[in-house]
Amino acid sequence: MDTPAIELRGVARYFGERIALRDLSFTVPAGATLAVLGRNGAGKSTLLRVLATLLRAHAGEVSVLGEPLPRRAFAVRGRLGLLPHEPLLYRDLSGRENLRYHARLYGVGAERVEELLRDVRMERRADEPVRLLSRGMVQRVAVCRAVLHDPEVLLLDEARANLDPGASELVEPLVGRLAGRTRVITSHDPEAALAEADLALGLRDGRPTFTLPADQVTPDLVRELYA
Amino acid sequence: MRTALAVLRKDLLLELRTFETVPAMALFSIAIFVIFHFGVNRPTVDGQLAAGVLTVTLLFAGILGVNRLFVAEREQGGFDAFLLAPVDRSALLLAKASALFLFLVVLEVIAVPAFGILLLGPPLSPTLPAMILVLALADLGIAVIGTLVSALAVQTRSRDVIGPLIGLPLLIPALIATARAIGPLLRPQGPAPLPGKWLLILALYDLVFALVAYAVFDFLLED
Amino acid sequence: MPTYGKGLRGLSILTLVTISAALILVFFYAPLDANQGFIQKIFYIHVPLAIVSLCGFVFGGLLAVMHLRTGDRRYDMRSYVAIHMALIFGVAALISGSIWAKASWGHWWVWDDPTLVSYLIVVLMFATYTPFRFSIEDPERQARYASVFAILGGAFVPLNFVAVRAAQGLVHPRVLTVSGGNLPGPMALTFLISILGIALLYVTLWKYEMAAKNARIQLRALRRRVLGDEDISPLQRTAAPSL
Repeated sequence: MDTPAIELRGVARYFGERIALRDLSFTVPAGATLAVLGRNGAGKSTLLRVLATLLRAHAGEVSVLGEPLPRRAFAVRGRLGLLPHEPLLYRDLSGRENLRYHARLYGVGAERVEELLRDVRMERRADEPVRLLSRGMVQRVAVCRAVLHDPEVLLLDEARANLDPGASELVEPLVGRLAGRTRVITSHDPEAALAEADLALGLRDGRPTFTLPADQVTPDLVRELYA
Repeated sequence: MRTALAVLRKDLLLELRTFETVPAMALFSIAIFVIFHFGVNRPTVDGQLAAGVLTVTLLFAGILGVNRLFVAEREQGGFDAFLLAPVDRSALLLAKASALFLFLVVLEVIAVPAFGILLLGPPLSPTLPAMILVLALADLGIAVIGTLVSALAVQTRSRDVIGPLIGLPLLIPALIATARAIGPLLRPQGPAPLPGKWLLILALYDLVFALVAYAVFDFLLED
Repeated sequence: MPTYGKGLRGLSILTLVTISAALILVFFYAPLDANQGFIQKIFYIHVPLAIVSLCGFVFGGLLAVMHLRTGDRRYDMRSYVAIHMALIFGVAALISGSIWAKASWGHWWVWDDPTLVSYLIVVLMFATYTPFRFSIEDPERQARYASVFAILGGAFVPLNFVAVRAAQGLVHPRVLTVSGGNLPGPMALTFLISILGIALLYVTLWKYEMAAKNARIQLRALRRRVLGDEDISPLQRTAAPSL
């Protein structure tokens, strides 16, 4: 595959006068994992939202799976999966009902919902309203939601948050490196993120401080980022 | 279309699960009837006054439904979920307006007979076919304007106030047309035929705002 | 970036001249109304104010359409100024109408008149425009939502007029019919000059305000560039577009 999965050039995004992203340029080849590192408020979530077509860039060019955004956003949405901080689930509906709703939106069959619920071992509690589930269980259902339509590109904002090691293992085949998808991940734990990434991007106040292969990121660089 | 049905189904399921909207609207309307009884200080009302009381009550009760319409989306990430999906975004407008329309219909099924019992002088049943037609047209207008206004208001800070503040003036033509159309139906001496010109005005109102809504709704969702 | 200042002086002079001419005509040329006497002359300011403000609201709606279609925030600025200028003219129209009503019919307000009532509703609606803008913090979203509001309002103006007119009798003197007016000659001329004057006043004030806002924005942009982003105090929450 020659077309890179994700390509950004000179991207900027503002909220009023506040700079959320600036001078952002990088490329992610298909199947690779990019770790985005930075403090809270550095712009990681904003970047993911731009890639997910939820926000448009105010400057520069964004291209995902070869399609320029936002012009071709419609063509590419069905091939992207976003797992943000919020689980995007209705608290008064059950896990199953939530997933069925999303399945209908994506044109995916109900069997896929059942298959995923089995994969994360939530089949038995899938009929309880989401507000009654523990955070870890909610996160498991949220992961199902993100991969329901088998996306080629996964955007994961703190995917392992709230997951105990057992649950983390369960979701690994769905969102982990070996699933073969192109991934952009953020994490509060820079070392863990780097361990499962091919590339790394450091963000500070919306601007990139480094764009390197993951194994070339030294502890000093990381420390500076979080200083 | 399939998308709109999926969203509508989800909203109806949520309402059935939580009963947050329709019971409140119905109870509120009955409370307003009682208040009107004391406010106008008459045992029964008829004619244009009755039409006015009914229409104003339905409007205010409807505002409750309008305020709630997008709250779940805003607070539980429903907008993001919808915007991520490869779907036509106007489906959200269609789904929400349909949901609001259905809520209003259920409201009226409860409120109109209640009105007949509590406040109305002349009998209700002979007026029903005409009344249903007028209210259906009115509900369409309230549904479209309500959805638009609710989507506008949900992103603001004072959303419970902004919604009615913008929505009520916009709904005044619909209010006028509905009340004037129903007035002759509730005459003490028996219903007069439905005045066609008001139905026409209501239909025009619905059409214009439906078109405007379809044209602008996408801009409310994009970022 | 257009500066809006071009031709402003010429426009202002033209406006001044036209309004002066209108005033002269009103006081010395237009005949005294048989029924209402001198107070009828308020018609020459009240009706033009009302008509120009309604046009202003629709104009604001059209500019909002351009904003949404092109994404150019300057259209939002123009729309904002158009609407709030129209609102000022609208309130002036309501006040002058009220004075006229008191003088000729004895009441400060009458519900019998469809024109006045529908006008009140329109002004009421657009009065919520600025609080609405203020309640949205993100400037870009504020601009977009305000444009949707302006379009709704613009579509609302004719509909509202139709509904209220159909609902109520005709107490308001109908001096302008579709067929072209039944004003006697001298009155017609005076009226024409008056409406021209008010329209020019609207455009002039609109341009002045655009120029002032534009200058402020440019100044801020320059300061940011010179002093650096950190040294500038952040913009307060505002209802006005900030580009």
